[in-house]
Formats: sequence, structure tokens, C-alpha cells
Amino acid sequence: MGNYVLEMKEITKAFPGVKALDRVSFSVKKGEIHALCGENGAGKSTLMKVLSGVYPTGSYHGDIFINSKPVAFRDIKESQDAGVAIIYQELALVPEMTVAENIFLSHERMKKPVIDWHGLYAEAQYWLEQIGLKVDPQMRVSDLTVGKQQLIEIVKALTKKADILILDEPTAALTESDVDVLMHLLRALKSKGVTCIYISHKLGEVLAIADTVTVLRDGKTVSTDPIDVLTEDKIVSKMVGRALTEFFPYQAHQIGEDVLMVQDYQFKHGLTGEMLVKHASFNLREGEILGVAGLMGAGRTELFTSLFGGYPGTSSGQVVISGETVNIRKPSDAIAKGLAYVSEDRKKYGLVMGMEISKNSTLAALKKVMPNRLIDRTLEVKKAEELTEKMRLKTHSLEVDVSQLSGGNQQKVVLSKWLFTDPKILVLDEPTRGIDVGAKYEIYKIINELAAQGVAVVIVSSELPEVLGMSDRIMVMSEGEVTGHLSRAEATQEKIMTYATLRRGKNEAVKASGR
Amino acid sequence: MKQLKHQDVEQKPKMDISLNIQAYTLIIALIAIALIFSLFTGGEFLSPRNLSNLFNQMAVISVLSIGMTLIIVTGHIDLSVGSLAGLAGGIAAILQVWYGWGTVSVIAVAIIAGALLGLWQGWWVAYRAVPAFIVTLGGQLIFRGILIGISQGRTIAPLEPSFRFISNSYLPYSLGYLLAIVMVALFFFLTWKDRIKRNKLALQLASPLVDYGKVMIYGAGILLITFMLSLYYGVPLPMLIVVFFGSLFIFVSNKTAFGRYIYAIGGNEEAAALSGINIKRHTLYVFVLMGALAGLAGIMLTSRLNAATVSAGDMYELDAIAACVIGGASLTGGKGKIVGAIIGALIMASIDNGMSMMNIQTFWQYIVKGLILIVAVWVDISNKKQTA
Repeated sequence: MGNYVLEMKEITKAFPGVKALDRVSFSVKKGEIHALCGENGAGKSTLMKVLSGVYPTGSYHGDIFINSKPVAFRDIKESQDAGVAIIYQELALVPEMTVAENIFLSHERMKKPVIDWHGLYAEAQYWLEQIGLKVDPQMRVSDLTVGKQQLIEIVKALTKKADILILDEPTAALTESDVDVLMHLLRALKSKGVTCIYISHKLGEVLAIADTVTVLRDGKTVSTDPIDVLTEDKIVSKMVGRALTEFFPYQAHQIGEDVLMVQDYQFKHGLTGEMLVKHASFNLREGEILGVAGLMGAGRTELFTSLFGGYPGTSSGQVVISGETVNIRKPSDAIAKGLAYVSEDRKKYGLVMGMEISKNSTLAALKKVMPNRLIDRTLEVKKAEELTEKMRLKTHSLEVDVSQLSGGNQQKVVLSKWLFTDPKILVLDEPTRGIDVGAKYEIYKIINELAAQGVAVVIVSSELPEVLGMSDRIMVMSEGEVTGHLSRAEATQEKIMTYATLRRGKNEAVKASGR
Repeated sequence: MKQLKHQDVEQKPKMDISLNIQAYTLIIALIAIALIFSLFTGGEFLSPRNLSNLFNQMAVISVLSIGMTLIIVTGHIDLSVGSLAGLAGGIAAILQVWYGWGTVSVIAVAIIAGALLGLWQGWWVAYRAVPAFIVTLGGQLIFRGILIGISQGRTIAPLEPSFRFISNSYLPYSLGYLLAIVMVALFFFLTWKDRIKRNKLALQLASPLVDYGKVMIYGAGILLITFMLSLYYGVPLPMLIVVFFGSLFIFVSNKTAFGRYIYAIGGNEEAAALSGINIKRHTLYVFVLMGALAGLAGIMLTSRLNAATVSAGDMYELDAIAACVIGGASLTGGKGKIVGAIIGALIMASIDNGMSMMNIQTFWQYIVKGLILIVAVWVDISNKKQTA
């Protein structure tokens, strides 16, 4: 017992309507790298928020012990003082400040009444050297890559004397070389006795670095095992808890004519001048579900956002919708041509928070509730009712502000909005991100129904099981290029990863990372 | 499904009440202020003569606050409207007094000048992405500068009687009553039509008692005010202008795509853009409308004073912004109502007027108005937290 640095026992945390954690137990040995795996909504982040005091003591049931002493944190500050540091997916750095200023933010080195700048920069330099990061502490954080910023976050945590470091999807936005630096750093920290809790979807990384793996599913602990008895497949089956075919309600459906043909499409961003999409060619047919896979930054979102006219910039190549060559310059052009794009971040790009459900759902096709050129509010509510009923949206009134809905229901409102435009082509970018398992299943069913009605569907997803489970055909992208096409029958996680890490110019397929 | 429908119907009245309490806090505040001042002035505050003054006083700020609501809802701010109103009024006065232009043409020129200057500011905001705060702060100085320049620093007076008529005349009693009755009838008719339509589409309906009760209360209010005013000279023309433009823009904000889009843009610009809304063009339109309304406000102001002065409209933008905010508009955009802004303007005018009647020194008026602004926003925020 004595060698556990952290023990969480029988943790239960309920939100209105859902039990996010149900008697979860989680124990971490001193100096190990302990991976926490599970699907979105399995309760990983909630568990870590309980640990770090984001959810204060009293808002959950169960006990937490650090070094065998019971603790009860009322806020993040208290957990930090106890040596727990959490590094979030979203970076918490001030971009306009220097590296050193960020590292010592809120615990500045002082010389009586003022900040000791020389001491602060010297100490920042020391810490950066410690972890082998070659960065000038006087550089502004905004000038660093996202990967480097992530490492700065870790340094920041270390200077606060953290001995339990929680990393929540640290590599989500990192390039491969930055991932290597991070892995190297974690091993170095481990040798210094820092304990690390590593949350990641990328099982390759988990297998490469973790000592122990705990799997959560639907708010319950499934298992805790040492790494040497695990394989990727075993972890996946523990995470999912059922065969993939059962979870994804795939039905073979009628596939018709080509509705979208993209030939040698390129897109250059108008502000940054970056080539976001290079030589993309693909087609899409009526009633077909095309899965689009790739790593972070592979250009999937960029391809479809630019096809939709969502970026300023210049394109070349040919785009044909239903036999007609189109020139889409802005979203309204795309909507008129029957293209709908459900963007990846619904809060940022999908919904108008503070607006009613009904008004959100008609926003992209407002003209349809404007007989006589004026908005007919009653007709609008009626239409919204029809749409949301199809979506099985759970709400007592459509005049409720969308921000009061759960993630799954919000996503249904976004879907309603786009279905109201009567799309021929529906692009769904990360359609189930941050949605609980039940709502996910419903959204999959809706997608299938749409395909069955002849809508051509594109699912862009970082979750390989989702891509594999839902698609008729899979397209893989890497670095702004389409690197492979796979049929449902021939697609496997390994093949997708191979294409996803493939680079043009190198003819040889690169082995998937981490394996 | 049957079950669900049933639930909806049951839930509906509850929703209505909780929503309405928020909507009514303003009216309750207004009534409270009116009662307090009548108490301290021995009923003089609610006398027909004073009510008439009050509605005259609030008119210019009300017109500005109508446009300002649109600006704030879109997520911007306009700090130039006071200067712009002053400039538009100045242009009208110069053309009439120095060059002898007729009243109708100077009104048209003032409003067009306002719209063009609004267009110019809107272009900077929408197409050049300069923050509205900066553009309109610049506009505030520029327009004031132009006004001082073209008027050579002089007060321009007097204007023709037909021009003075705008802000210094009253509707004949019969016409006032006629308009009031038409308005009440219109209220009844719209409620009746809406109920029939909702019924036809099988949508949820509030009980007729609630719907028609509301109309009865509003109708009684309108008739009461008309009656009070007719004990003096009748309904002031500026009040009619406010009612007309208020109704027009309430209609625009509720019934047109433009109105819906500005709420969407202010609520989430990126989501609005991806929904196919032309952000830039709609932002431009909003500034043009604001400019035109500032031109109108300038005419009303010049008419009331029977003169154009270099300091006319100074700091009016702040009163207009305060009126919007008291009326529930959120400076982060996406939220705000024109009715609220007009009531906000009435609250601000009541405080000025009531405190003057009580012979309280001017400095107190500033302090009290400032405090009310802060408290109003605080009430709004804490209300929101409760419902969330």
C-alpha cells in the first residue's frame, strides 16, 4: 500500500441526469507513468477534474489519498500545493508574454517589492536546460510551435514542485518530432521520481511509454493492468466493451451516382499564404458514407472548410457537384449548391449561444420560413419542431437557449440546421466529439438514415473505430494531401495509420508510429 | 410522441412566467421610479404637463438608442452618434439659416448625410476590420471637428417655424386618440391572428386569458397615457416619431432576415458566417441605419433648441448606450431589445427630470445615473446566473 503516491477510492460524481463517474477506483504507484484510457465521455477528464480540485470536495463522493494521507481539495490552488499539476488539452499560456514570464506566472521570483527579472530568466533557463528544451526564455510564447508550448506548460508545472503530473491528450496537436521530445522528457522525469498520469487516445503512444494502464468505460473502472500483458487490441476491446460492429449500426445501403467530384484541388489560405490542401482528388456518391481519416493537422478540416467556402483564399482544380462545375467562394454559394458542413467545434462554429433552439435550427436556410419575404415565426417553430423530432432531440421547449442543452443535443441542433438546407452532400467534421455514448449511437443512426435517403455523407473523424465502423469507403489524408483510399472490406486501423503517416516524396510507406 | 406533446403543453405556461418576470423587471423599475418621484414632488412628477415634458426630453436619446441597439446587438459600439447628430443638425441649420433651403430638403439632407457618414464608419469596421470602438471614437472627434469648422464656431439660429414644428408641436386631441385606438386595435388583431395561426399549426398556445390579458393591460396603458397627455397639449410629435421608428425597427428586428442575422452575427460571428450570412454587408447596413437615425435625432434636437450649436449632442452617445444596457442589451453582442432600449431611455430621462423637479443639484444626477447603470447590469447578470 505504501508505494502508492495516489489513491482514489469509490469516486462517484453525478451531473444532472448523468452519472459521470460511478464508484471509480484509481491507484497510481510512485514514479510510474500511468495511462488512463477510455472513449470520449468515459469519465477520464471528470476523474482528473475531481483530483485537481476543479470539482471541489463535497461535489463528489469517495476518498482521495496522496501519499496515504486523505486529501480534500476545495480548489485548484489546494491541489497544486499538494503537488498535483494538470496540463490541459487547451493551453493555459498567455501568448503575448515571454517563455519565462509564463513559466513563473503567479509565482514570480521576487526581490522585495519588485520582480527579480534577472533571477527569473536565469531560473527559467535552468529549467529549460533540465528538460533539454532549446528555447530562449525571452522569446514570446506566441512565436513557439504548439508542441513547444505544451512543453513550456510542463516546465511551468515542474517549477511549482509538482510530483503528480497529469497530461490530458498532450500530443493531440503535436508534430511527430515534438512527440519524440515529449516522450523523452517524460522518461527523464520518471527517472527523477515524478509520477505521471497520461491520458491519450493514441494507443501507440500509450504502449510506448506507459508502465500501467487503467481503462474507464461509461464512468466505471474496467481494469488496471501492467503494460506487458496488454496489446492495442486488448485495450480497445476494454475501452469499447463490445464488438465494434455492434456499436456502429452500419447497414449496407444503396449507392447511386456521383454527386461530388473533386479533381486536383488545391487551396491556398488568403491570409497566411499556406498551402492547406494539395492535389486532392476524390469522388462521393449518392447514399454513400465516406470516412476521412488522418492525424491532427492532416488537412481534413481544411479540405472541407475550403470546399465549403469557409476560408478566404484561392483554389485551383475542379469541383463538380451533380455534374455541374461549381465555383464556391463563400458558404452561401455552397449551401445553394446543396453542400452542408457541420463543423468540428459546435460551440465555436456551429451554434449561436444565447439564441433559441428554433432560431438556431433555421439560420442556414432562413428563406424557407419567410413566405412573403418576412419571417413567419409560427411557421419557423413548426419547422424546427419537425426537424428536432426527427433528431429525437430532448427538450421541453424549442424556445430554450441552445447553451442549456447537453453536448449531444446541441449537436442534434447543428444537424437540424444543416438538414434544413436540404443538402445533397453532408460533411460532418468530428460529429461525435465530446458526446456521451448514448447520443453518439443516436447520431450514427441518424447518419445512416440520411444515407439511406440518398444523402452523400462525409465523416471526418480522428476516432478510427468511428471511421471504420461507419464508412462505406475511407479516404486518408496526410499533410494536406490525399494519401490513400480504402474500401470498407480492406480497411484496418493499421492500413489507415500507414497512409496517415505517409509522406509524398517518399515512395516507401512509413510504418505507423508507435508500433 | 403523444406523451411528449402533452408534456410540452404543460410546461409552456411555466416557461412563460419565468421569461416574463425578466422582461417585466424594467417596467417594474420604471413604475417604482415614477412612484418615488411623485411621492417626493407631491404628485407633480406624474402631472400631464410633466409627462409631456418627459416624453419630449427622452425623444432624441430614444431615437439614438434604437440604432444603438442594432449596433450593440451586432457586437459593436458607436461612440460617434452624439457628434454625428450634432453635425447633421448643424448641416440642416446652416442650409436653412444661411442658404434659405426649405425644411423638407434640409431634413432629407441631414438624414442622408448621417447615413453616408455611417456608411463610411461601417466600411472601416466591416471591410477594414478596425474595431468599432476606435473607428467611432475617431468619428466622434472628426464629426465634432467638421461641425465646428463649418459653423465657424457660431450658434446658428433661428430656424423656420416649419422646422421648429418637428419637436415643438402636439397632435390634435382627436388624432392622438385615434392613433391610440388604432394601436390598441392592432395589438388585439395581431394577437388574435397569431393565436389562430398557432392553433392551425398545432403549436403550443398560452391561455387566452394570458394573451388577451396582456393586450388589455398594454391597451389600458396606451389609452391612459394618451388621456393624461390630452389634459395638457396632447401627444407630442417627437413621441409619435419615437413610437413610429421604435415600431418600425422592432418589426425589422423580428420579422426580417436582416434582423435575425444581426442577432446571429453578434451571438457568434463565425457560426453566422458558416451559415452563409454575409457578415460584412450586414455590419455595414447596421452602421448606415445608425447614421440615418443619428441624422434624424440631430434634426429633432436642432428643432427643439431652435438652434444648432457646436456642442449639440455632446455625450449623447453615452446616454444612448446606457439606455440600451439598462434595457438589457449585452455589450458582448447577440442580445438586446429595442423596446428595452426605449424604456431604458425613459428611465434615464425620468431620473434627470425627477431629480431636477426635486431641485437636486446636477452633480447628483450624474452620480445616480452612473449607479443605476451599474446596478442594472448587475441585476441582469445575476438573473442570467439564476436561470443557467
